[in-house]
Amino acid sequence: MPATDTSPLADVLRTAEAWTGSGRSVALATVIETWGSAPRPVGSHLVIDSDGNFEGSVSGGCVEGAVVSEALDVIETGKPATLEFGVADETAWQVGLSCGGRIRVYVEPVS
Amino acid sequence: MDLTLLTDLNDLRSTRRAAILVTSLQDGNQRLVRAEDDLSSDPLADELRKRFRSGKSGTVPTQGGDVFLTVSVPAPRLVIIGAVHISQALVPMAEIAGLDVTVIDPRTAFATGERFPGSTLRDEWPEDVLKDAPLDAYTALAAVTHDPKIDDFPLMEALRTGCFYVGALGSRKTHSKRLERFEAAGLDAALFKRIDAPIGLDIGAASPQEIAVAVLGSIIQALRKGPEASA
Repeated sequence: MPATDTSPLADVLRTAEAWTGSGRSVALATVIETWGSAPRPVGSHLVIDSDGNFEGSVSGGCVEGAVVSEALDVIETGKPATLEFGVADETAWQVGLSCGGRIRVYVEPVS
Repeated sequence: MDLTLLTDLNDLRSTRRAAILVTSLQDGNQRLVRAEDDLSSDPLADELRKRFRSGKSGTVPTQGGDVFLTVSVPAPRLVIIGAVHISQALVPMAEIAGLDVTVIDPRTAFATGERFPGSTLRDEWPEDVLKDAPLDAYTALAAVTHDPKIDDFPLMEALRTGCFYVGALGSRKTHSKRLERFEAAGLDAALFKRIDAPIGLDIGAASPQEIAVAVLGSIIQALRKGPEASA
Protein backbone atom coordinates (compact mmCIF):
# COMPACT_ATOMS: atom_id res chain seq x y z
CA MET A 1 0.00 0.00 0.00
CA PRO A 2 1.44 3.41 -0.92
CA ALA A 3 2.79 5.32 2.02
CA THR A 4 1.96 8.90 1.19
CA ASP A 5 -0.71 10.80 -0.65
CA THR A 6 -2.40 7.84 -2.29
CA SER A 7 -3.31 6.32 1.05
CA PRO A 8 -6.88 5.11 0.92
CA LEU A 9 -9.43 6.37 3.35
CA ALA A 10 -9.13 4.43 6.54
CA ASP A 11 -11.91 1.99 7.02
CA VAL A 12 -13.51 4.42 9.36
CA LEU A 13 -16.01 5.09 6.56
CA ARG A 14 -17.11 1.46 6.56
CA THR A 15 -17.42 1.58 10.33
CA ALA A 16 -19.54 4.73 10.01
CA GLU A 17 -21.80 2.94 7.54
CA ALA A 18 -22.09 -0.16 9.72
CA TRP A 19 -22.82 1.77 12.92
CA THR A 20 -25.43 3.96 11.24
CA GLY A 21 -26.98 0.93 9.54
CA SER A 22 -27.35 -0.83 12.88
CA GLY A 23 -29.38 2.10 14.25
CA ARG A 24 -26.70 3.94 16.22
CA SER A 25 -26.55 7.75 16.12
CA VAL A 26 -23.30 8.65 14.45
CA ALA A 27 -21.11 11.64 13.61
CA LEU A 28 -18.14 11.72 11.26
CA ALA A 29 -15.17 14.01 11.86
CA THR A 30 -12.75 14.82 9.03
CA VAL A 31 -9.46 16.75 9.09
CA ILE A 32 -10.05 19.44 6.44
CA GLU A 33 -6.96 21.56 6.85
CA THR A 34 -3.57 21.32 8.54
CA TRP A 35 -0.77 23.80 9.19
CA GLY A 36 2.70 22.98 10.42
CA SER A 37 3.51 19.55 11.75
CA ALA A 38 0.03 18.17 12.14
CA PRO A 39 0.05 14.49 13.09
CA ARG A 40 -2.68 13.22 10.74
CA PRO A 41 -3.11 14.22 7.09
CA VAL A 42 -6.03 16.05 5.54
CA GLY A 43 -8.85 13.58 4.90
CA SER A 44 -8.28 11.57 8.11
CA HIS A 45 -11.49 10.49 9.80
CA LEU A 46 -12.88 9.76 13.23
CA VAL A 47 -16.31 8.22 13.65
CA ILE A 48 -18.21 8.75 16.89
CA ASP A 49 -21.50 7.39 18.23
CA SER A 50 -23.86 8.95 20.75
CA ASP A 51 -22.41 6.81 23.57
CA GLY A 52 -18.99 8.30 22.93
CA ASN A 53 -17.53 5.21 21.20
CA PHE A 54 -15.09 6.14 18.46
CA GLU A 55 -12.85 4.65 15.76
CA GLY A 56 -10.09 6.24 13.72
CA SER A 57 -8.13 9.39 14.52
CA VAL A 58 -7.81 13.03 13.57
CA SER A 59 -4.71 13.88 15.59
CA GLY A 60 -3.12 10.75 16.94
CA GLY A 61 -4.66 11.30 20.34
CA CYS A 62 -4.17 14.98 21.22
CA VAL A 63 -7.62 16.37 20.53
CA GLU A 64 -9.81 13.30 20.04
CA GLY A 65 -11.50 13.89 23.42
CA ALA A 66 -12.60 17.38 22.42
CA VAL A 67 -13.75 16.19 19.00
CA VAL A 68 -15.80 13.41 20.59
CA SER A 69 -17.58 15.79 22.97
CA GLU A 70 -18.29 18.22 20.12
CA ALA A 71 -19.55 15.28 18.04
CA LEU A 72 -22.11 14.47 20.73
CA ASP A 73 -23.54 17.99 20.22
CA VAL A 74 -23.54 17.52 16.47
CA ILE A 75 -25.43 14.23 16.82
CA GLU A 76 -27.99 15.94 19.07
CA THR A 77 -28.54 19.07 16.96
CA GLY A 78 -28.05 17.39 13.56
CA LYS A 79 -25.96 20.39 12.48
CA PRO A 80 -22.37 20.16 11.23
CA ALA A 81 -19.62 22.13 12.97
CA THR A 82 -16.05 23.15 12.15
CA LEU A 83 -13.48 23.02 14.94
CA GLU A 84 -9.98 24.41 15.06
CA PHE A 85 -7.16 23.21 17.29
CA GLY A 86 -3.75 24.78 17.72
CA VAL A 87 -0.77 24.56 19.98
CA ALA A 88 -1.68 23.90 23.60
CA ASP A 89 -1.31 27.18 25.47
CA GLU A 90 -0.94 27.97 29.16
CA THR A 91 -4.67 27.62 29.67
CA ALA A 92 -4.37 24.20 31.14
CA TRP A 93 -7.89 23.04 30.40
CA GLN A 94 -7.70 23.89 26.73
CA VAL A 95 -6.74 20.99 24.50
CA GLY A 96 -4.15 21.47 21.81
CA LEU A 97 -1.53 19.82 19.70
CA SER A 98 1.77 19.38 21.48
CA CYS A 99 3.48 18.93 18.09
CA GLY A 100 3.04 22.64 17.39
CA GLY A 101 0.73 22.20 14.42
CA ARG A 102 -2.81 23.39 13.87
CA ILE A 103 -5.74 21.49 12.40
CA ARG A 104 -9.29 22.23 11.28
CA VAL A 105 -11.82 19.45 11.74
CA TYR A 106 -15.28 19.23 10.18
CA VAL A 107 -17.83 17.26 12.21
CA GLU A 108 -21.08 16.17 10.56
CA PRO A 109 -23.96 13.90 11.51
CA VAL A 110 -24.50 10.69 9.52
CA SER A 111 -28.12 9.70 9.07
CA MET B 1 -23.68 12.82 5.66
CA ASP B 2 -26.54 10.99 4.12
CA LEU B 3 -26.25 7.24 4.74
CA THR B 4 -27.01 6.41 1.09
CA LEU B 5 -24.15 8.71 0.01
CA LEU B 6 -21.82 6.99 2.46
CA THR B 7 -22.93 3.55 1.23
CA ASP B 8 -22.39 4.60 -2.40
CA LEU B 9 -18.90 5.88 -1.55
CA ASN B 10 -18.00 2.65 0.24
CA ASP B 11 -19.33 0.55 -2.67
CA LEU B 12 -17.16 2.50 -5.11
CA ARG B 13 -14.13 2.03 -2.87
CA SER B 14 -14.63 -1.70 -2.55
CA THR B 15 -14.77 -2.09 -6.35
CA ARG B 16 -11.61 -0.02 -6.96
CA ARG B 17 -13.45 2.93 -8.50
CA ALA B 18 -12.35 6.48 -7.77
CA ALA B 19 -14.77 9.01 -6.30
CA ILE B 20 -14.74 12.44 -4.69
CA LEU B 21 -17.19 13.53 -2.02
CA VAL B 22 -17.80 17.27 -2.34
CA THR B 23 -18.89 18.91 0.92
CA SER B 24 -19.91 22.55 1.19
CA LEU B 25 -18.46 23.87 4.42
CA GLN B 26 -21.06 26.67 4.30
CA ASP B 27 -24.23 24.63 4.41
CA GLY B 28 -23.06 21.01 4.69
CA ASN B 29 -24.54 20.03 1.32
CA GLN B 30 -22.81 17.06 -0.26
CA ARG B 31 -22.56 15.31 -3.59
CA LEU B 32 -20.56 12.39 -4.91
CA VAL B 33 -18.54 12.66 -8.13
CA ARG B 34 -17.38 9.46 -9.84
CA ALA B 35 -14.24 9.37 -11.99
CA GLU B 36 -16.33 8.16 -14.95
CA ASP B 37 -18.80 11.08 -14.66
CA ASP B 38 -18.85 13.74 -17.38
CA LEU B 39 -17.15 16.66 -15.66
CA SER B 40 -17.39 19.14 -18.55
CA SER B 41 -20.23 21.14 -16.98
CA ASP B 42 -18.99 20.82 -13.40
CA PRO B 43 -17.87 24.16 -11.91
CA LEU B 44 -15.07 22.30 -10.12
CA ALA B 45 -14.03 20.26 -13.18
CA ASP B 46 -10.35 21.27 -13.26
CA GLU B 47 -9.91 20.84 -9.53
CA LEU B 48 -11.69 17.46 -9.58
CA ARG B 49 -9.54 16.17 -12.45
CA LYS B 50 -6.41 17.26 -10.61
CA ARG B 51 -7.56 15.55 -7.42
CA PHE B 52 -8.47 12.30 -9.18
CA ARG B 53 -4.86 12.25 -10.33
CA SER B 54 -3.13 13.26 -7.10
CA GLY B 55 -5.46 11.36 -4.77
CA LYS B 56 -5.19 14.21 -2.26
CA SER B 57 -8.12 15.42 -0.19
CA GLY B 58 -8.34 19.12 0.53
CA THR B 59 -10.25 22.36 0.97
CA VAL B 60 -10.95 24.49 -2.09
CA PRO B 61 -12.24 28.07 -2.05
CA THR B 62 -15.19 28.74 -4.40
CA GLN B 63 -17.54 31.66 -4.99
CA GLY B 64 -20.11 29.94 -2.80
CA GLY B 65 -17.62 29.48 0.05
CA ASP B 66 -15.11 26.76 0.90
CA VAL B 67 -15.77 23.19 -0.16
CA PHE B 68 -13.97 20.13 1.10
CA LEU B 69 -13.06 17.34 -1.33
CA THR B 70 -12.76 13.88 0.22
CA VAL B 71 -10.79 12.07 -2.47
CA SER B 72 -10.87 8.30 -2.68
CA VAL B 73 -8.71 6.64 -5.32
CA PRO B 74 -7.67 2.99 -5.36
CA ALA B 75 -4.08 2.14 -4.47
CA PRO B 76 -2.00 2.01 -7.65
CA ARG B 77 -1.04 -1.48 -8.77
CA LEU B 78 1.64 -2.79 -11.06
CA VAL B 79 1.14 -6.03 -12.95
CA ILE B 80 4.37 -7.38 -14.45
CA ILE B 81 4.04 -10.03 -17.15
CA GLY B 82 7.21 -12.09 -17.01
CA ALA B 83 9.25 -13.32 -14.04
CA VAL B 84 12.49 -12.33 -15.76
CA HIS B 85 15.71 -10.66 -14.62
CA ILE B 86 14.31 -7.12 -15.12
CA SER B 87 11.32 -8.06 -12.96
CA GLN B 88 13.58 -9.24 -10.13
CA ALA B 89 14.92 -5.67 -9.91
CA LEU B 90 11.62 -3.94 -10.71
CA VAL B 91 9.58 -5.68 -8.00
CA PRO B 92 11.46 -4.31 -4.95
CA MET B 93 11.92 -0.86 -6.51
CA ALA B 94 8.22 -0.56 -7.35
CA GLU B 95 7.23 -1.75 -3.89
CA ILE B 96 9.47 0.89 -2.30
CA ALA B 97 7.78 3.49 -4.53
CA GLY B 98 4.42 2.42 -3.08
CA LEU B 99 2.97 0.21 -5.80
CA ASP B 100 1.13 -2.99 -5.09
CA VAL B 101 2.96 -5.47 -7.36
CA THR B 102 1.90 -8.76 -8.94
CA VAL B 103 4.15 -10.84 -11.22
CA ILE B 104 2.52 -13.23 -13.67
CA ASP B 105 4.42 -15.86 -15.65
CA PRO B 106 3.10 -19.29 -16.66
CA ARG B 107 6.65 -20.60 -17.06
CA THR B 108 7.21 -22.28 -13.73
CA ALA B 109 10.99 -22.30 -14.24
CA PHE B 110 10.92 -18.49 -14.07
CA ALA B 111 8.12 -17.96 -11.56
CA THR B 112 9.75 -19.38 -8.46
CA GLY B 113 9.56 -18.17 -4.90
CA GLU B 114 13.32 -18.33 -4.74
CA ARG B 115 13.69 -15.77 -7.52
CA PHE B 116 10.89 -13.57 -6.14
CA PRO B 117 10.97 -13.90 -2.35
CA GLY B 118 8.01 -12.32 -0.61
CA SER B 119 6.39 -11.19 -3.86
CA THR B 120 2.91 -11.78 -5.13
CA LEU B 121 3.73 -14.28 -7.84
CA ARG B 122 1.30 -16.19 -10.07
CA ASP B 123 2.69 -19.06 -12.17
CA GLU B 124 -0.36 -19.13 -14.41
CA TRP B 125 -1.40 -17.74 -17.79
CA PRO B 126 -2.29 -14.02 -17.70
CA GLU B 127 -5.69 -14.91 -19.22
CA ASP B 128 -6.53 -16.92 -16.10
CA VAL B 129 -5.13 -14.51 -13.51
CA LEU B 130 -6.80 -11.44 -15.03
CA LYS B 131 -10.18 -13.17 -14.96
CA ASP B 132 -10.12 -13.00 -11.15
CA ALA B 133 -8.21 -9.73 -10.79
CA PRO B 134 -9.17 -7.54 -13.76
CA LEU B 135 -7.03 -4.61 -14.86
CA ASP B 136 -8.30 -1.05 -14.36
CA ALA B 137 -7.37 2.62 -14.71
CA TYR B 138 -5.34 2.56 -11.48
CA THR B 139 -3.19 -0.33 -12.67
CA ALA B 140 0.07 -0.20 -14.64
CA LEU B 141 1.04 -3.15 -16.82
CA ALA B 142 4.56 -3.95 -17.98
CA ALA B 143 5.01 -6.93 -20.32
CA VAL B 144 8.61 -8.13 -20.38
CA THR B 145 8.65 -11.80 -21.43
CA HIS B 146 9.55 -11.19 -25.12
CA ASP B 147 7.06 -13.98 -25.88
CA PRO B 148 3.92 -12.93 -27.79
CA LYS B 149 2.05 -16.00 -26.52
CA ILE B 150 2.36 -14.61 -23.00
CA ASP B 151 2.57 -10.82 -23.55
CA ASP B 152 -0.04 -10.14 -26.23
CA PHE B 153 -3.22 -10.91 -24.33
CA PRO B 154 -2.48 -8.84 -21.21
CA LEU B 155 -1.19 -5.93 -23.33
CA MET B 156 -4.41 -5.81 -25.34
CA GLU B 157 -6.43 -6.17 -22.17
CA ALA B 158 -4.48 -3.29 -20.56
CA LEU B 159 -5.33 -1.05 -23.51
CA ARG B 160 -9.00 -2.05 -23.44
CA THR B 161 -9.36 -1.42 -19.70
CA GLY B 162 -7.50 1.91 -19.74
CA CYS B 163 -4.53 1.00 -17.54
CA PHE B 164 -2.73 4.24 -16.63
CA TYR B 165 0.50 2.76 -17.95
CA VAL B 166 1.09 0.08 -20.59
CA GLY B 167 4.68 -0.83 -21.33
CA ALA B 168 6.06 -3.51 -23.65
CA LEU B 169 9.63 -4.74 -23.87
CA GLY B 170 11.11 -5.22 -27.33
CA SER B 171 12.87 -3.42 -30.13
CA ARG B 172 11.05 -1.11 -32.54
CA LYS B 173 10.94 -3.96 -35.04
CA THR B 174 9.45 -6.38 -32.51
CA HIS B 175 6.97 -3.70 -31.54
CA SER B 176 5.78 -3.00 -35.06
CA LYS B 177 5.16 -6.73 -35.57
CA ARG B 178 3.25 -6.72 -32.29
CA LEU B 179 1.04 -3.87 -33.49
CA GLU B 180 0.32 -5.80 -36.72
CA ARG B 181 -0.94 -8.70 -34.61
CA PHE B 182 -3.04 -6.37 -32.43
CA GLU B 183 -4.59 -4.80 -35.51
CA ALA B 184 -5.36 -8.24 -36.94
CA ALA B 185 -7.00 -9.09 -33.60
CA GLY B 186 -9.35 -6.14 -34.13
CA LEU B 187 -7.89 -3.72 -31.59
CA ASP B 188 -8.47 -0.01 -32.25
CA ALA B 189 -5.22 1.39 -33.66
CA ALA B 190 -5.88 4.69 -31.85
CA LEU B 191 -4.94 2.89 -28.65
CA PHE B 192 -1.49 1.88 -29.89
CA LYS B 193 0.19 5.16 -29.01
CA ARG B 194 -0.62 4.44 -25.37
CA ILE B 195 2.01 1.70 -25.37
CA ASP B 196 5.38 2.69 -23.94
CA ALA B 197 7.72 0.93 -26.40
CA PRO B 198 10.64 0.60 -26.40
CA ILE B 199 9.87 0.32 -22.71
CA GLY B 200 10.95 2.87 -20.11
CA LEU B 201 12.38 6.38 -19.98
CA ASP B 202 15.15 7.01 -22.49
CA ILE B 203 18.07 7.09 -20.03
CA GLY B 204 20.36 4.71 -21.92
CA ALA B 205 19.63 1.87 -19.50
CA ALA B 206 21.99 -1.03 -20.20
CA SER B 207 21.53 -3.68 -17.52
CA PRO B 208 18.29 -5.35 -16.36
CA GLN B 209 18.50 -3.28 -13.17
CA GLU B 210 18.85 -0.03 -15.10
CA ILE B 211 15.96 -0.99 -17.37
CA ALA B 212 13.90 -1.53 -14.21
CA VAL B 213 14.71 2.05 -13.14
CA ALA B 214 13.68 3.36 -16.57
CA VAL B 215 10.39 1.42 -16.46
CA LEU B 216 9.59 2.60 -12.95
CA GLY B 217 10.33 6.19 -14.02
CA SER B 218 7.85 5.85 -16.88
CA ILE B 219 5.23 4.38 -14.57
CA ILE B 220 5.56 7.21 -12.05
CA GLN B 221 5.43 9.77 -14.86
CA ALA B 222 2.17 8.24 -16.12
CA LEU B 223 0.76 8.13 -12.59
CA ARG B 224 1.60 11.72 -11.72
CA LYS B 225 1.48 13.53 -15.04
CA GLY B 226 -1.26 11.58 -16.78
CA PRO B 227 -1.22 8.51 -19.05
CA GLU B 228 -0.46 10.70 -22.11
CA ALA B 229 2.93 11.71 -20.72
CA SER B 230 4.72 8.37 -20.83
CA ALA B 231 3.96 6.76 -24.17
